[in-house]
Amino acid sequence: MIDAVSPLPGSLAVGICWLAIAALALIPSGNAFFARHVAFPLGALAGLALAVFGLEAVWLPAAQMTLPLGMPDLPFHLRVDPLAGFFLMLLGSVAAGISVYAGGYFRDETPGRLALIGLQYHVFLASMAFVILADDAYLFMVAWETMAVSSYFLVTTDHQQAAIRSAGFLYLLIAHLGALAILLCFGVMHGGLGDYTFDALRSAQLEPKWATVAFLLAFFGFGAKAGMIPLHVWLPEAHPAAPSPVSALMSGVMIKTAIYGMVRVIYDLIGGVRWEWGMLVLVVGAGTTLFGVLYALMQHDLKRLLAYHSVENIGIILLGLGMSMVFIGFGHPAAGILGLIAALYHTLNHAVFKGLLFLGAGSILHSAKLRNLNHMGGLIRTMPKTAFYFLIGALAISALPPLNGFVSEWLTFQTALQAPILQNGVVRSLLPLFAAILALAGALTAMCFVKVYGVAFLGRPREAGHAAQAPSGGPAHDAGNMERFGMAWLAAGCFVLGLFPTSFLLMLNRVGVSLTGHGLSNEALESNWLWLVPTAPAQASYSPLIFLIVIVGVTLLTFLLVRRFYHGRVRFADPWDCGFAQQTPRMQDSADAFGQPIRHVFGPLYLMKRHMPGPDDAAPRFSLKIEDRHWYLLYLPVARLAAYLSSKIGMLQQGRISIYLLYSFLTLIALLVLVR
Amino acid sequence: MDQSFSSQLVNLLAALLLLIAFAMLSQRRVLTLIKLFAWQGAALAASTLIVAHSTGQTHLYFSGALTVLLKVMLIPWVLHRLIDRLQVRWDVETLINIPATMLIGIGLVIFAFALAAPISEMANTLTRATLGIAMASILLSFLMMIVRRKAVPQVIGFLAMENGLFLAATSATYGMPLVVELGVALDVLVGTFIFGIFFFHIREQFDSLDIRHMEKLKED
Amino acid sequence: MNYAPGIAFQLLQSVFVVLAAPLLMGWVNQCRAWLQNRSAPSIWLPYFTLAKLFRKDAVIAHDASPLFRMTPYILFGCMWLAAGIVPVLATDLPFAPAADIIALVGVFALARVFSALAAMDIGTSFGGLGARREMLIGFLAEPAMLMTLFTAAFISGSTQLTTIVETLAYREFAIYPSLAFAAVAFLMVLLAENARIPIDNPTTHLELTMVHEAMILEYSGRHLALIEWAVAIKLFAYVTIGIALFVPWGIAAAGNWAALPVAVASLALKLGLAGAGLALIETLLAKLRLFLAPEFLSTAFLLAVLGMLTHFLTHG
Repeated sequence: MIDAVSPLPGSLAVGICWLAIAALALIPSGNAFFARHVAFPLGALAGLALAVFGLEAVWLPAAQMTLPLGMPDLPFHLRVDPLAGFFLMLLGSVAAGISVYAGGYFRDETPGRLALIGLQYHVFLASMAFVILADDAYLFMVAWETMAVSSYFLVTTDHQQAAIRSAGFLYLLIAHLGALAILLCFGVMHGGLGDYTFDALRSAQLEPKWATVAFLLAFFGFGAKAGMIPLHVWLPEAHPAAPSPVSALMSGVMIKTAIYGMVRVIYDLIGGVRWEWGMLVLVVGAGTTLFGVLYALMQHDLKRLLAYHSVENIGIILLGLGMSMVFIGFGHPAAGILGLIAALYHTLNHAVFKGLLFLGAGSILHSAKLRNLNHMGGLIRTMPKTAFYFLIGALAISALPPLNGFVSEWLTFQTALQAPILQNGVVRSLLPLFAAILALAGALTAMCFVKVYGVAFLGRPREAGHAAQAPSGGPAHDAGNMERFGMAWLAAGCFVLGLFPTSFLLMLNRVGVSLTGHGLSNEALESNWLWLVPTAPAQASYSPLIFLIVIVGVTLLTFLLVRRFYHGRVRFADPWDCGFAQQTPRMQDSADAFGQPIRHVFGPLYLMKRHMPGPDDAAPRFSLKIEDRHWYLLYLPVARLAAYLSSKIGMLQQGRISIYLLYSFLTLIALLVLVR
Repeated sequence: MDQSFSSQLVNLLAALLLLIAFAMLSQRRVLTLIKLFAWQGAALAASTLIVAHSTGQTHLYFSGALTVLLKVMLIPWVLHRLIDRLQVRWDVETLINIPATMLIGIGLVIFAFALAAPISEMANTLTRATLGIAMASILLSFLMMIVRRKAVPQVIGFLAMENGLFLAATSATYGMPLVVELGVALDVLVGTFIFGIFFFHIREQFDSLDIRHMEKLKED
Repeated sequence: MNYAPGIAFQLLQSVFVVLAAPLLMGWVNQCRAWLQNRSAPSIWLPYFTLAKLFRKDAVIAHDASPLFRMTPYILFGCMWLAAGIVPVLATDLPFAPAADIIALVGVFALARVFSALAAMDIGTSFGGLGARREMLIGFLAEPAMLMTLFTAAFISGSTQLTTIVETLAYREFAIYPSLAFAAVAFLMVLLAENARIPIDNPTTHLELTMVHEAMILEYSGRHLALIEWAVAIKLFAYVTIGIALFVPWGIAAAGNWAALPVAVASLALKLGLAGAGLALIETLLAKLRLFLAPEFLSTAFLLAVLGMLTHFLTHG
């Protein structure tokens, strides 16, 4: 049935469907049943359909369409090509899981609030779909800004709290700075000729100088949305402020639209990728990766921690993109496409596991009313199912085989290992260094998620009464059915992406071919579903399925052998207290304690405010506050400068109408002189 | 011994020399530092002898022997006596912490390798790849002199720098004329003695070998 | 193409490694005792210990979750898998293409994460302490290991361990200066990853200095036996990786069954030397303060990177 619909009208229909659901959500109704059990599941179905259309589009030639909407003489252009198809699939499949989850998550909201959330949520989804579908700068910018504004309202759902209002403001501010840069970038690419359709931009021949300007603007603009340093400051503020499904959507999908924009503009519209651009992307990516993970290790607010990990993962994606650009710039498209595949694969992987982790964090927040890791503990006993899904997400983000995070990092490493073919000696020796940074970040991520999982789910409750029962009085409960379905969907995604990478490799190869006209080597394309071969079988191969089967098989075999030859006897006892009479749960490692060695090793990177109790304090307290250095080094000076400038400009404001008229008059005279 | 094998051996020894330079950079104890310096001299001497053997440059035999005599035996012995007399077996102070120092070191190595690459392309001597390594060890020794606070490690850094220069000379031009080499060797020896005398004076003056005290000597 | 001999050999090697691993542990302990002028325990002692532990009841804390009870089996499975990838006797391993060196590092990381999680499961302060320290060591050891392996991968142009070994062992003999750096870095990683002196003391009884031992304080009976066995396999796997990368000569080529006795003999000789060397290092060095461990490992990491750079210089 679906085969009968070609992807472009289908995707358009999904976008319109989401808008329609948004409108329907506003219909006043006495209870929240409609929104929770009809609107959100319908949205999820639409997402599923979008994923199918996207998947289809990857294998079809590009299709275009013009909508007679918008301004006179400025119709909306739509286009679906393999790149757009891939991102539509990402958006649809991840949104499907999150929407079902959202239907369960918002069960305690009042109908009025729920109606508003339903409106904003679906407008947000539709705007992301149109960002990907857009084929002219005009529609792109309209959808981009709609996306920013609708997510702004979602972030400020709990606008009664001042902290959330300021987080939203910061988000809006940086989003607009980025949008401004993107707008300028389109202007530069346009070069004063033709119209603003992407076709015209693609065919415009830019001088190298202007191409670099356009690249820098695009990198800045999309980077602001993606959360690369030093433009990341909004991300750890805004993502945790939003309700959890929205955080999942923002971290999982929205920042990926920025990656889409980057690839679209740099590879497709500007074209002629240069290796110097790649080096810039690599340096920024490496900084973002390390910074993100090191700050994540210092957090004790679960959602903030996850947000910093989004920064880190954007860095990893940028590392892949940068390597790809370096290789393409030096004229090695096969290795370049491998890098692009690694980057896009990680984009999809991150969307899936970060969505899952945010949903898990949402369930904890919802049932135990906790978001501070230092107060959690032992949740695996009260929420075993959530704990299981969260474990899958944690293992996936830690890049452990055989889950999906490992595959994309593996591909990135393989790209870096192609370095010997480069002609430039310095670049050749720098590329493996970036791989080293990736390895370091991967190991640090594993450390961070051991901390999260160990502190939140394992051990014993740190604050008496919290995990045993929610503050509302009832016992802490596991996630509801709809929530569990959403998490299970994404967890299954982690497995599918991890175990069958070859099909995705071929799919992404198609994206690469459509963008640059080059693809992977033939040997790589012959790899079947079992073996992942990026270049040639003699060089590297990986088979996650065999890997999983062997590891599960060997583990089971050990278990059976031990049972067969020995016994299964178990005695239960109190844990060993090392001779110390009173062991309380508060003596366990807290999240802050777990990060202490990192604080010690990387001390100079953090801005720490620490209060140590003195020997004769009556009420000894230890407090620690870690702040982002970027605030003091970059943002506050800029803010002060802006305040200073505006106070000067404020002098123009005299409050007398004749003076204002004089300004207009002088401007008119000046313009006439100039245009003469 | 055929040409390619000996050139591989020389490369290996040069790499060892660089490895020892890194070890010196990360080493905190003076005593181990002196041992490492002696080993570096040994690696240098071995590589010089191999170059001498495979190219038939007889004067290189002399300079190799001189290296063994001077840098593996005499100077380490003098330094040993010196620190015994001065009672400075320990040295835990560096200006920058050691991982950061090594990170800077890696940067210097990349720089040196990139710098040497075009020169090596042109050269057709047996040991052209070692030029980059030689430059890297010179820079690393220089770095060691900069980040150490105490005088003895600084002197060792200075001597290690001379090792690197010597390696560069062997790799680029099969060594300098013997007369020049003899002169340099003598200079190094005399330099070591002068440094030794210097140390005693510094300590008498300030009761410590910490060169921060020298800051007081400037005119205000 | 007939896979049967290859698969038979794969199974043979996996079982061989699992069975032989405690012997290496016993040999290292014996050498160390000799070097320290003590009367040495039997070389078979690790086997006796394992048998004893398997027979005992497992004592588990009341709060233990299923994760705690699963972890020993997962650890053992991971190490067994690793033992199946590393070419120990011959390069003829049909399973090896399923996991290359990066996946091998991934297997070790998987085992590390699970053991750290299990340590935090009971909720004692020592478990958390051990987990934290283990991850601190891991986050530097893992990249250092990866960079070491990358140096070898650049030489052979492949990340398959079997291909690397074939390149190094059978192609025209050449000296790779870069491998000198890689070898030093690898040795440092081996010491750290296997909880040996100078990073950790496998025989310590002092809780405050423990790393690995602190993590497994709560285990007993068959669980402890599996963990101890996994530790032995891990040491064996690391030593054989070292042998494969730096002294691969003597290993049997694919399909060459006649060379197998030679391979066994040379492996025994190399393992014997490596074990004695390990004991010597452990006797000569003192344990480092915990916060010197990052310095030790970052030195290893940078040496591995340096090895890679040297490779580009000498073979650019």
